[in-house]
Amino acid sequence: MKFAGLVWANLKRKKIRTLLTLLSILVAFVLFGYLSAITRALAQGVDVAGADRLVVRHKVSLIMPLPESYEAQMEQLPGVAEAVHATWFGGIYQEPSNFFPQFPVKPEEYLAMYPEFLVSAEAKARWLETRTGAIVGRTTAERFGWEVGDRVPIQATIFTHDGGQTTWDFDIVGIYDGAERGTDTTAFLFRWDFFDEARDWGRGQVGWYVARVEDPREAADVAKRIDAQFANSPAETKAETEGAFVQGFAEQVGNIGAIMVAILAAVFFTILLVAANTMAYAVRERTGELAVLKAVGFTDGQVLGLVLAEALALACLGGFLGLGLGWILISLGDPTNGALPIFYFPPRDIVLGVVLVLALGLAAGIFPALQAGRLRIADALRRL
Amino acid sequence: MSETNGKLVRVAGVSKFFRRGSEEIHVLEGLDLEVPKGDFLALMGPSGSGKSTLLNLIGGLDRPNKGEVIVNGERIDRLPQRKLAAWRARHVGLVFQFYNLLPVLSAARNVELPLLLTHLSKADRKKHVETALEVVGLSHRMRHLPGELSGGEQQRVGIARGIVTDPTLILCDEPTGDLDRKSGDEILDLLQALNRQHGKTIIMVTHDPHAASRASRRLYLDKGQLSTEPVQ
Repeated sequence: MKFAGLVWANLKRKKIRTLLTLLSILVAFVLFGYLSAITRALAQGVDVAGADRLVVRHKVSLIMPLPESYEAQMEQLPGVAEAVHATWFGGIYQEPSNFFPQFPVKPEEYLAMYPEFLVSAEAKARWLETRTGAIVGRTTAERFGWEVGDRVPIQATIFTHDGGQTTWDFDIVGIYDGAERGTDTTAFLFRWDFFDEARDWGRGQVGWYVARVEDPREAADVAKRIDAQFANSPAETKAETEGAFVQGFAEQVGNIGAIMVAILAAVFFTILLVAANTMAYAVRERTGELAVLKAVGFTDGQVLGLVLAEALALACLGGFLGLGLGWILISLGDPTNGALPIFYFPPRDIVLGVVLVLALGLAAGIFPALQAGRLRIADALRRL
Repeated sequence: MSETNGKLVRVAGVSKFFRRGSEEIHVLEGLDLEVPKGDFLALMGPSGSGKSTLLNLIGGLDRPNKGEVIVNGERIDRLPQRKLAAWRARHVGLVFQFYNLLPVLSAARNVELPLLLTHLSKADRKKHVETALEVVGLSHRMRHLPGELSGGEQQRVGIARGIVTDPTLILCDEPTGDLDRKSGDEILDLLQALNRQHGKTIIMVTHDPHAASRASRRLYLDKGQLSTEPVQ
């Protein structure tokens, strides 16, 4: 501890330079936080996808509808415990940038399929009583300040109703929470029966199915069985596990995601190089002083340790502040207003950030530290 | 321990050369020197004569290519690096021409540096620092940074740093070389007092005859050899 004052005094030597280096490290780690949160958001749901759930969609494309009658046929197949359907509504609340997903579903079946959507018994009862009722995820409810009892108008972009009307009015009857951190709490769920009766076209057609298998180990076989059931029909299916489906969905925006991650990673790495070079330079310009320390009796190891401690102190100060600030900013929520519904700084990546901070300190300090450790006193003093 | 015949410093048959590319520059050639305890020796000679090199060898800052250097009964030219550093901390006080104070530390904390290598408590280190700064007459400026002190005051801080561990030997390399005559005289008064009143053994490298006149003994170094008279 008695050497801590020496390390601190050296950091204060050129305050502006130290501050700028500190800020660049801080920015790098805020960026790292966003990088982690975005990467996780792009792979949303893969980790929390149910291992026992299959997603069944039209073989040609997700936007092609399937007949509602498939549900009963699917439930007759061996290995399928139950099946539910959902449909992409694609409505707009107030303005197009207010994006969030809306699905017409069968309330009881859908909530049974997704136990990670936590809804109170009262809310569920209200939903069953109210044909125009909707359950909304906590994130979306808080985003728009919605409360139970509110009437919410949604502008349809796909489905008109009752002779061409585009505005659908829904009554918020409940707000659901996620059982896990990665659970999507942005969805807006409303009743299928109300939707199917009111819409002007496409009655009896659904977007996709979710089927629960009795034994997750047989999921692949059950998927084949489902596809075989509807083979050679006007609407052939493609069944896959929920994890594979989410992964495939994420890969549709994968290129954009990969480019963004690559750019952010390059910026992060460049900032680290600049910071490391600044730290190395700060040590190089003090060669004479390091020689004096050795002359008064500091060992090679002690001088090496002092230089390394200085680099580590700077990296830790900037890095930990950056990780902390990143965590705070990311906790404020998705900066895209809905495009990244699952947006948080994963704890695993916070640990990785701490490791990176220490690695930065070591990488920036080790070479000048070794150089300082090897410094020959007489040579260095001669150069003064 | 090696036999020193009562001498504090014994340099025997020491040679030192430096390489510049493929060329070997011989600075010291089979040099012998003995310094008794309590001596105040001035080493004089023209630039490049090897004065500072000899001082570095005696202070354990460098090693000879040949010969032996014995200080206080210990053969230091064979000590491993780590032990040599510990030996320097315990036995040698260094005073440099350009003071070589750490600009970010106050006078007191500069003086404290060698004490950080001891097992002294913070309170004991503070006492030692105050005493050393009192000896050099700077106890009123202990909180000042080097940049806030005059050249003479900075050199006094350098001397306080050199004596704070109560070393066996004080080595001064051109201690007045960067000072005006008045400040230089004050530094020489101080070194003389350390030698006469505190019994410190001092070896001072200088090319200034006025500074050398304050020492109790003068030796001249030229072409790698020592003599008692200046070489014409």
